[in-house]
Amino acid sequence: MAFRPRLHVVVFLAPAVLVYTAVMIWPLFNTLRLSLYTAGEGGRAFAGLANFATLFGDPRWSAAFWNALGNNLWFFVVHMAVQNPIGIALAAILSQPRLRFAALYRSAIFIPTILSFVIVGFAWKLILSPIWGIAPGMLDAVGLKALFAPWLGREEYALTTLALISVWQFVGIPMMLIYAALLSIPEEILEAGEVDGITGRAAFFRIKLPLILPAIGIISILTFVGNFNAFDLIYAAQGALAGPNFATDILGTFLYRTFFGFQLQLGDPHMGAAIASAMFAIILAGVCLYLFAIQSRMRRYQF
Amino acid sequence: MTRSGRIGLMLATTWLGTALAAGAQEVTLSIESWRNDDLTIWQDQIIPAFEAGHPGIKVAFTPSAPAEYNAVLNSKLDAGSAGDLVTCRPFDASLALYQGGKLADLSDLASMANFSDVAKSAWQTDDGAATFCVPMASVIHGFIYNKDAFAELGLEVPATEAEFFAVLDAIKAEGSYVPLAMGTNDQWEAATMGYNNIGPNYWKGEDGRLALIRGEQKLTDEPWVAPFRQLARWKDYLGDGFEAQTYPDSQNLFTLGRAAIYPAGSWEISGFNSLVDFEMGAFPPPVAAAGDECHISDHTDIAIGLNAASKHPEEAKQFLEWVGSAEFAALYANALPGFFSLNSAPVAMADPLAEEFVSWRDTCKSTIRSTYQILSRGTPNLENETWNASVSVIKGAETPEAAAARLQAGLASWYAPQK
Repeated sequence: MAFRPRLHVVVFLAPAVLVYTAVMIWPLFNTLRLSLYTAGEGGRAFAGLANFATLFGDPRWSAAFWNALGNNLWFFVVHMAVQNPIGIALAAILSQPRLRFAALYRSAIFIPTILSFVIVGFAWKLILSPIWGIAPGMLDAVGLKALFAPWLGREEYALTTLALISVWQFVGIPMMLIYAALLSIPEEILEAGEVDGITGRAAFFRIKLPLILPAIGIISILTFVGNFNAFDLIYAAQGALAGPNFATDILGTFLYRTFFGFQLQLGDPHMGAAIASAMFAIILAGVCLYLFAIQSRMRRYQF
Repeated sequence: MTRSGRIGLMLATTWLGTALAAGAQEVTLSIESWRNDDLTIWQDQIIPAFEAGHPGIKVAFTPSAPAEYNAVLNSKLDAGSAGDLVTCRPFDASLALYQGGKLADLSDLASMANFSDVAKSAWQTDDGAATFCVPMASVIHGFIYNKDAFAELGLEVPATEAEFFAVLDAIKAEGSYVPLAMGTNDQWEAATMGYNNIGPNYWKGEDGRLALIRGEQKLTDEPWVAPFRQLARWKDYLGDGFEAQTYPDSQNLFTLGRAAIYPAGSWEISGFNSLVDFEMGAFPPPVAAAGDECHISDHTDIAIGLNAASKHPEEAKQFLEWVGSAEFAALYANALPGFFSLNSAPVAMADPLAEEFVSWRDTCKSTIRSTYQILSRGTPNLENETWNASVSVIKGAETPEAAAARLQAGLASWYAPQK
């Protein structure tokens, strides 16, 4: 059969490709290009890798960058260690056929995900406020007032507190994805396991968990990309200076301050673009590592 | 009348209506500003007063959030979507806009004659050759206190530092009021209402500020470290959990009558007036010993300029001429007590608290915030670093000497006279 160009494929792909190119691909490459320039006398001048040399070589810039990257890693670790296990556990509980009001729990846990960051940030700031918040009162009611601290204002707790707020908001997403994966496991496999004497907890760990590993992988990579692009919650709760003393500064807020400027500090789009490029490289490296080193080795089961 | 005739008539009237509206040649000027708190005052008092005298020109006040204003404005100016009139931050932020060709030169505006050189200095090129914004107002720092609470506790207004801390101790010992309403969550209060509020008394106002710019003094010198020493003592008098207390939290603590003293800028006056149900008073930053010369931060804070890309420069200049007039000065100073007119024409103010603040100009020497002129041009940015350092000192995370040394090292890294 002779090769025939499939015109309809091109026609149907065109709108999506064009829109995606205009709003994603072109800005992405333009940002990468911008990071190679600097504002000189009388306009923009090509500077090669000078911006990156400043970012990683200058002690102040590099200290700020590594601080932001370190905070970002911790933000990610908290999500991986808290959000995803809780999401999986909730999904496992919800998929129990005998659980009553499952739909109600499912919706209630998922609702924070659809709230705006601004609302979440503001609501939690109020809840945790040492002056008006309900958190001190509630702890007082159970006699644990001594445990209360102005968490968002202490360097040692602020980032973890914000990470846990973010977990609270987004725990619904892993829950939903795992829940869907659990529902797709055929009954016959579980019944075959039962015949062999694998029930209850063992059935979850030895049959279901291996079957939902690909879904967990996808969630991990979504968490990774989401966390390293995070900005909104920190900005809504702590402002662009990511206080106290930059303890909650992540790459997103560092980028914002540099690119757009803050208070008396003027914006520097070129250094900002350099930070954005570094973020892009980090995320790209993380995703590649996952795709080539982990996902390709993961075993898949066909039902 | 036939159906088509009726439609024709309707079309004709619509067309006529449109034509009439276009014939009036109405121009709408929009103002970029960070003063979103003042929206109603602009809409109800200032703009109607202007429009009444200038038919054919409409003005729209379109503010954005204070912390985002500079970023938003820069993006809008670059994109060509900014308003005709631009509210100017003092010093470098606006100077950079002028040098970038975003703000028009207003030196030949007739009403510029109504302002002193000091008033204009915040919106001029370094050599003073060109002025690019019409000065509107300055703000004065000091402390606002709850007069009822002071009467209840039998306290006198402190004039010296020792008296100030004695008052704070007395309030703390009595226990029903938080002595000082300030938090460190938002950071800037610690620097603006803390360091730059009490500092001028130590560095002798303009003398110290200009010596720092010339490189004759260093931030590690005693006059610049001493304010940090006082700030470090403030910690004990702030409310529980001050680390997470935000700026609105502090305002509410004071206006709800739960705190006795509020380290303030005079811009708070109009907001506080509408919220408090007790009597307020104000005192300037206490001096070291009785009879010492006092210095206050009387900061040139707000001005208005012309977007160089405006499509209606003539109408916008008419507005700017009006902003420079005595009529505007009186209107603005009274609509917004706490924003003190920079106009040479004396302005009578009705608000007693505003009168109290402005009366310090007669007894104390005025200066502006130390970090604003020239010294925040480089990276690291001295103003932003001062926020961070002031917070660290108040929390006790850094000693006053270490904080000052860090600021000096940062400044010396890019500012030649300090090297």
